[in-house]
Amino acid sequence: MTDNIIEVENLEHSFGDLKAVDKVSFSVQEGEIFSFLGPNGAGKSTTINVLTTQLPCQKGTVRVCGFDVRTAPHSVKESIGIVFQDEVLDRDMTVKETLEFHGRIYSMPRAQRLEREKELLELVELEEKVDVRTKHLSGGMKRRLEIARGLMTRPRVLFLDEPTIGLDPQTRLRIWDYIKRVNEEGTTIFLTTHYMDEADLLSDRIEIMDHGKIIASGTSESLKNTLGKDMIYLETENDEKSAEISRRVSEVTEVKKTSKGLELILDADGSRVLPTIIRSIEDESIDILSVKMKKPSLDDVFVHYTGREIRTGSGENGMPKMRRH
Amino acid sequence: MGKEFLTIYWREMIRFTRFKGQLFAALVQPALWLLLFGVAMSSNFDAASGAFSPLPGVVSIDYLTFMAAGVMAMTALFTCLFGGMGLLFDKNWGIMKEMLASPMRNHHIQIGVGLGGITKALIQVGLIMVFGLVLGVTFFSGFSAIETVMAVLGIFAFIAVFSAGFIFLSAGLAMRVESMESIQAMMTLLTLPLMFSSNALYSTSAFPGWLQAVSTVNPLTYLVNGIRYFALGDDFTAMGTHYEYTGGDIILSFIVLLAFTGLTFVFAWRAFKTAKVT
Ligand SMILES: Nc1ncnc2c1ncn2[C@@H]1O[C@H](COP(=O)(O)OP(=O)(O)OP(=O)(O)O)[C@@H](O)[C@H]1O
Ligand SMILES: [Mg+2]
Repeated sequence: MTDNIIEVENLEHSFGDLKAVDKVSFSVQEGEIFSFLGPNGAGKSTTINVLTTQLPCQKGTVRVCGFDVRTAPHSVKESIGIVFQDEVLDRDMTVKETLEFHGRIYSMPRAQRLEREKELLELVELEEKVDVRTKHLSGGMKRRLEIARGLMTRPRVLFLDEPTIGLDPQTRLRIWDYIKRVNEEGTTIFLTTHYMDEADLLSDRIEIMDHGKIIASGTSESLKNTLGKDMIYLETENDEKSAEISRRVSEVTEVKKTSKGLELILDADGSRVLPTIIRSIEDESIDILSVKMKKPSLDDVFVHYTGREIRTGSGENGMPKMRRH
Repeated sequence: MGKEFLTIYWREMIRFTRFKGQLFAALVQPALWLLLFGVAMSSNFDAASGAFSPLPGVVSIDYLTFMAAGVMAMTALFTCLFGGMGLLFDKNWGIMKEMLASPMRNHHIQIGVGLGGITKALIQVGLIMVFGLVLGVTFFSGFSAIETVMAVLGIFAFIAVFSAGFIFLSAGLAMRVESMESIQAMMTLLTLPLMFSSNALYSTSAFPGWLQAVSTVNPLTYLVNGIRYFALGDDFTAMGTHYEYTGGDIILSFIVLLAFTGLTFVFAWRAFKTAKVT
C-alpha cells in the first residue's frame, strides 16, 4: 500500500432501510487536511463514526493508520483523536480535569500528560480557565477545549465533525487557525462540514457528499475548474430567449435557468466574452436588468452537481443548526 | 488489566464531593431517618415489647438498635440502586461517547463506577453507625477492642459485596435503557418490595409463607443478617423474636450475596460489552 493514512473502499452503512452511506470510496494521505462537505443528513457523521469505530463497519473495508476497523478497532482508537459533532463534555468537571481525565483513560504517562495539558491550553488560549467548570465556558471555548482534548494524545489523525457549527465568525477564524497549526505540526486532519468557506479555506482535498454518495472530489481549485473559468449571472426581461441566444456564443459551455435568472458557465476569460453576450441579447431588443460575473465557488460546484443549493438550515424547521448545550 | 478504572473511580469521587448540597443530603438523610423513624418507632415498639417475656440468659435488644442495622442496609441499597444513573446521564448528555471512543476497555467503566458505589455506601454506613452509637444504639456491647474492629470489618465486607451487587444492577440497567424516566420507574418499582419483604425493619417470622419465600430471595435480608450478627452477636431477642445465628448461617448469607453480585456483574458486563452511543 501507499502512504495513505485512511483508505476506504465501498463503504456502506444502513440504518434499517435507510442507506446513510452508499458505496463510498476515498483515501486520505498522511499530513493533509481532508474535508467531507455536504448538507445535513448527507451521511458525513455516519462515515466518521465508522472510521472512528463508533459504528460497526457493515460493508466495505476501512483502514485507518494501517489498521482495519473490523479486526483492530483498539489500535485504530489508539492512533486517532476525535472531536464529536455534539458537545461531549462533563459540565461539572473543570477544564483541567477534562484534559486530565482524557489523558488518563488513554493511559498517558503522567509527566507527558501534564506537559501536553500545558501546551494545549496555551494553543487554544484557555490557560486562564483551567479551574473553571465547563458549563461556565462559552460555546467557542467549549469547542476549543474539545479540540485540545482531541489532541492530548498527539493522534496521527484528528477527526473533526463540524468543528465550527453554531459559532460566531471570529471564533470560527480562530478555530481554523488552530486546525492549520496542528496540521502544520504533522497531524492529518479529517473534517466534515456543511460550510463551503470552511472546506474551501482549510482543505487540501474535498469530497462532496450528498444522500450518502460522493458526488465530486478533488482540490477546491480542481472542483471549481470543472465549472470553467468564469460564471455569469444574468437577469433579463426574457430569460427564455436570452438563454437561447447565449447558447450560441461558442465560449459558453452551459446555460442553466435558476430562480433568479440565468447562470452561464464559460470556458474562457469572462471579461472578454461578456460584451459579446450582452451585445447579442440587446441586438434582439431584450433589456438586461442585471449582470454579475464571478469565479466559480464551491457553492456553485454544489449547485451544479446536485441541482440545488446546500441547505445550511436543518431543513425541517428552517432554524439554523446549533450544537446542543 | 490496565488501571484506567482508577480514573473512572477518581471522577466518581469528584462528582460525589463536588455538589455540596447533594453530599450533605447523602450524609445527613440516613442519619435523619435513623433519628426520626427510629426514635418514633422505638417509643411504640418498646412499649409493646414489654408484653413479651424475655428469654432468660438472652440479650434483649431495643428497637432503635434493631432497626439501625436495617437503616444501614437500606442506605447502601438506595445509594447503589441509584448509583448507576450517572451513566445514563453520561450517555445522554455527557462524556460516555468519549469513554467508549477511547482505547480503554469498557469494563473499566463498570469497575470504576462499582468501586465508587462501594466507597459511597461505606462512607454513609460508617457515619450512620457512629451517629447511631451517639443516639444510644447498643452495637458491639460487651465486645473487646479487637472484637469491635473485627465486627466493623465484617459489616463492611457485607456492605461492600451487597453494594457492588446493586451498583452493577443499576449500571447494567442504565446502559440498556434510553430515558431517565424509565430507569427511575424501575428503581422505584424495586425499592419498596425490597425494603418491605426484608427483615430490615421488623421480623419476618410472622410473614405468610409466600412473603417469607420472597424474603429469602431478597439480598437485603442477607445483608441485614450479616450486620446484626457482627453488631449484636449470635444470640439475642428483639420485638419478641429470638434470633440465633450460627457461623454457617453467616457464611451462607455471604455466599448468597456473592452469588447475587456475580449475577449482576455479568448482567452489567454484557451491557458494557456491547455499549454504543451514536
Ligand atoms: N442512529 C441512527 N439511526 C437511524 N438513522 C440514523 C442514525 N444516525 C443517522 N441516521 C440517518 O442517516 C442519515 C445520515 O446522517 P448523518 O448524521 O451521517 O448525516 P450528516 O451528514 O452528519 O448530517 P449533519 O450535517 O446534519 O450532521 C440521516 O438521514 C440520518 O437521519
Ligand atoms: Mg453530522
